[in-house]
Amino acid sequence: MNSIFEGISKAASLIVNLDAELMQIILLSLRVSGSALVIATILAVPTAGLLGLKRFPGRGAVLSVLNTFMGLPPVVVGLFVYLLLSRSGPLGFLALLYSPTAMIIAQIILSYPIVASLCHTAIVSVDPIVKQASMALGATPFQVSLTVINEARYGIMSAVIAGFGRVTAEVGAVLMVGGNIAGFTRVMTTTIALETDKGNFELALALGIILLALSLAINLVLRFVQKKGALRAET
Amino acid sequence: MSLGLEASGLYKTYNGKPVLADCSFTLQEGRTYALMGPNGCGKSTLFRICALIEESDQGEVRYLSGDSVLQPDVSLRRMLTLVLPRIGVFNTSVFRNVAYGLRVRGVARAETAVRVEKALEFVGLTHKRDQNGLTLSSGETQRLGIARAVVLEPAVLFLDEPTAFVDEKSKAQIEEIIQRIRRDGNSLVVITTHNRVQAERLSDAVLQMSEGKIMA
Repeated sequence: MNSIFEGISKAASLIVNLDAELMQIILLSLRVSGSALVIATILAVPTAGLLGLKRFPGRGAVLSVLNTFMGLPPVVVGLFVYLLLSRSGPLGFLALLYSPTAMIIAQIILSYPIVASLCHTAIVSVDPIVKQASMALGATPFQVSLTVINEARYGIMSAVIAGFGRVTAEVGAVLMVGGNIAGFTRVMTTTIALETDKGNFELALALGIILLALSLAINLVLRFVQKKGALRAET
Repeated sequence: MSLGLEASGLYKTYNGKPVLADCSFTLQEGRTYALMGPNGCGKSTLFRICALIEESDQGEVRYLSGDSVLQPDVSLRRMLTLVLPRIGVFNTSVFRNVAYGLRVRGVARAETAVRVEKALEFVGLTHKRDQNGLTLSSGETQRLGIARAVVLEPAVLFLDEPTAFVDEKSKAQIEEIIQRIRRDGNSLVVITTHNRVQAERLSDAVLQMSEGKIMA
């Protein structure tokens, strides 16, 4: 019990003193997850718009695949990206394995189905009367689509935040394709796993606290966004 | 531009159920018509087809400017405006709701501001310009719908049950707005209503619809 309190106390000291190693790990984590999420969102929103607003053959199958991939095990994604980027893999010539770029690719694959699927739900939840009103006011089909997507913006923001929660908490895939190299590919989750193995709980606890704080912040933002979006549901 | 409307032999079926059946009529430019009929007789469907946001299964809607027939393209569609019974408020300010139609037409920001302010004043919503449109009362919401339409200065304005969900005070306000639009005489206006007295008060002619066609 004492070692836990001691660990927490030392972890607090690391946070308060803005320990250089701790900061480097946090910033890399945010850079990797942030980049992955931006790219996943850029890909996911048009996908969701297409699935939510257009009818085409195979649409149901695409939706089923997306929903299935929402629960993709990170280690499977890690394995897939590893095989893709390893020296003997099809993209091995790019020499990306054990780099932040490889971690970003893995996190894009993990977050894309979640963001796309939740964005789709948000878009199909928009009152159909909005689409008709937009058409009645002279919008072109493309402008109508943009209007519906804009009306779904709070749901889309919730989807992005949920995706961010997924990638920041993920450890398996980034460990496999990033290699947990100190100062280069070591992020919060992989550091916690490593330092716990080594019995070095201070840094692990400090990062655990930061991750929890991040999770709390994400949830607060999510609640705020959902509260703003609730205006539509109430009226 | 003033437009007249000719519809001939319109048919529309939903899930095997005929909604419009050989519906034909002519509406003259600059006049105000009231369209009456029981629920489900096809009034709203007819409006959507006439506003070119839905296609009929058969038949034709033609818009006439003098002797020439206009092509049913986007530019014609943008001369027509339909206000739905539930207007479909966008989750943004009243100002931006009214500006929407101008924005999609690429109207310059300065001109948009002037026209929106004028439309808000016309329907008495100037004091609500910065409020979210979704927080308006039923009567204010209907007036917002009319403001979104009149700001576009449409050649043809379809008002689908504009007083259906409002109290007596709001009904009087909306009727007064419709009378002003009518007095301007710039648009062909078509209103649906269930109230015969209101129909006669607001229009130059009353059309009766039954079983998917105009009777008189």
